[in-house]
Amino acid sequence: MSTTSPIMPAAKPLIPLPAGTTMRGLLWQAALAAAVIFLGWSIYNNMLTNMAARGLQFGYGFLNRSAGFPIGEGLLNYTPSDTYARALTQGFLNTLRVAVVGIVLATILGVLLGLARLSANPLLRSLTGGYIEIIRNTPLVLQLVFWHSIILQLPSVRQALNPLPGFFLSQRGVKMPALLAEPALYSCLLALLTAAILWVGLARRERARQIETGERKSTLIPGFALLIGLPVLAGFVFGAPTVEFPELTGFNFEGGLSLSPEFFALLIGLVVYTSAFIAEIVRSGIQSVHKGQWEAARALGLAPGRIMRLVILPQALRVIIPPMTSQFLNLTKNSSLAVVIGYPDLVSVANTSINQTGQAVEVISLFMAIYLAISLVTSLLMNMYNRAVALKER
Amino acid sequence: MAAPALPSFTERSAAFARACFNGPVNIAISLACIALLVWLVPPLFNWAVVNATWNGTAATCRENGGACWAFIREKFWFSVFGLYPYEERWRPGTMLVILVTLVICSTFRVFWNKWLLIAWVVAAPTMLILMGGGYFGLTPVPTRLWGGITITGIIAVYGLALGYPLAILLALGRRSNLTLVRWFSTVVIECVRGVPLISLLFMAAIMLPLFLPEGITLDRLARVLVAYTIFTAAYMAEVVRGGLQAMPRGQYEAADAVGLSYWQKMRLVILPQALSITIPSQVNTFIGLFKDTTLVIVIGVFDFFTTLRSALGDPNWLGFPTEAYVFAAGVYFVLCFAMSKYSQKLERDFQPAQR
Repeated sequence: MSTTSPIMPAAKPLIPLPAGTTMRGLLWQAALAAAVIFLGWSIYNNMLTNMAARGLQFGYGFLNRSAGFPIGEGLLNYTPSDTYARALTQGFLNTLRVAVVGIVLATILGVLLGLARLSANPLLRSLTGGYIEIIRNTPLVLQLVFWHSIILQLPSVRQALNPLPGFFLSQRGVKMPALLAEPALYSCLLALLTAAILWVGLARRERARQIETGERKSTLIPGFALLIGLPVLAGFVFGAPTVEFPELTGFNFEGGLSLSPEFFALLIGLVVYTSAFIAEIVRSGIQSVHKGQWEAARALGLAPGRIMRLVILPQALRVIIPPMTSQFLNLTKNSSLAVVIGYPDLVSVANTSINQTGQAVEVISLFMAIYLAISLVTSLLMNMYNRAVALKER
Repeated sequence: MAAPALPSFTERSAAFARACFNGPVNIAISLACIALLVWLVPPLFNWAVVNATWNGTAATCRENGGACWAFIREKFWFSVFGLYPYEERWRPGTMLVILVTLVICSTFRVFWNKWLLIAWVVAAPTMLILMGGGYFGLTPVPTRLWGGITITGIIAVYGLALGYPLAILLALGRRSNLTLVRWFSTVVIECVRGVPLISLLFMAAIMLPLFLPEGITLDRLARVLVAYTIFTAAYMAEVVRGGLQAMPRGQYEAADAVGLSYWQKMRLVILPQALSITIPSQVNTFIGLFKDTTLVIVIGVFDFFTTLRSALGDPNWLGFPTEAYVFAAGVYFVLCFAMSKYSQKLERDFQPAQR
């Protein structure tokens, strides 16, 4: 906010002056520095004394010891004989897994809800409003525990609900069809990526042509043709990717992708909770665009879809994106509530490690540092983005 | 401009129906909404009202098949007082009455004067003595026996009361010209906001005892309050900073021009305005903080929700978790919704007359 006016350079003479005017300021700062140093020193000393009294030594050496406890699920191939470092990594990856999937789903659901909240249909509007108010005004812990208890009340594996072909819901969580990781899948994904890049290139060329000649062809049809055609072509050449369906064999399902009840409860809880906040952000963002902008765009004869895309959204996004990022961060931080329902995220694994080793200071400082790093990196990127899209005023 | 006559109920219903059913897309949306309602509402109504049991035992509940509100009736006072000794329950009861009265008084702007502040300052230690005992012939009751709504109220209100002054200091520090002060405030605010509250709670529960000099122990509830206060301070500080930034620079310059010192300028000119324009966002932040009081579940402090949840373990009443969660959700919803409506009302009140 501090803009130095070129006319009155002496308006704010509070940048360090050598003269005695800042004497009081210096004293204040010296006092603060002394207090912080003294506090830090005495905390460190007390900690060493207290830990020694409990037969502990400060240090991160325990990370290389064998953890000895199992972790229910995760991306790494972890066994109880692995080290604490690996156990914590497993927990961290579990946090990332639920956070990334959660952010994607919460954004989709939130944007849809936000648009529904602005719908011309009063029935849809009030239903969405009721949903948002209920979700926003109850604690997340309660919602998580509620979803978990609902899932545990589902039928047993043998009577699993089958809402969609290949999808099974039971006490043991969700079973769904999976794409097998094999060369055919990778070639298809590669083809999809190539198609997307080609589409962007095509759209850019068209835009350049429009600026030059004023004419423009829609890239919608060739774009979709690429997006569907290339993967299909890849499928023909390298073989189609295999979809594996879960099958009930005896007492459990085999094959397919499985989501544990804890992961599923945490995911639903986080997505539902965050989507309600995102919906409000999207709604207020779109409403923040002045009515005159709609009217001006309509007066120019733009089609409704283009008004939204070319006029309203670019302006609304400026309002939407900053609070949206903090919702993403909130979701990531809230995923630490996994400990309440027993999903082995970073905090939950850390908690077990503390109980086993007693190295509370080290473990807690470690996971706080990880969350802090995620937050700081995100806000750094956010600030860069903000500077890029900020209203350029003279 | 003469105010148009209010449309009658039939007129309004007709307008509603027209808005719902003009055009094929709208009709499809409306039908989908109605289908959703038909699918959800009757079973829920049957569960919550028609087949519900209001009186009786777990056996009656299972027989009727619906919601077991008898369970909530049975556990209601437990969820208010927790494990507090039965014959001493009048103490948390009185405390809650004082707390609720003060909170309600504080919502009316007529009462916003120094007497309200004095009432709070007097009430705060009184309520704690009432709960803890040890003075005036009251039997001491250790904090591990405190529980229920009492604890939720204590954490939320004392956390705010202790955190608010800190928040103002941090916000001023972050806008200060003194480099070290500014750095210190920024680091504190960003570090606290960057980590989940439960990591602060873990820190307070497990790490804080290690940081204190030998022989000094801090009560568990006090440790929770330390974590919650710091958390409240960091989040409120950002709201207050928003208010400070929104002040036109003329206000600062005018205060400087009449020769006020830094603290006079802040106390008499800037803060009164900055705090009052941010009251709606302060209330919104407080709603979030209030919901977060439930997180004490991770370190075994029995707030309202945790107490109610622990009642699920009663062998006479096994198998009614949904009722407990719905009841708890209802209580939190009523409180938070009231607060959010209140903040919207304040927002309207504070809006300078425009146009």
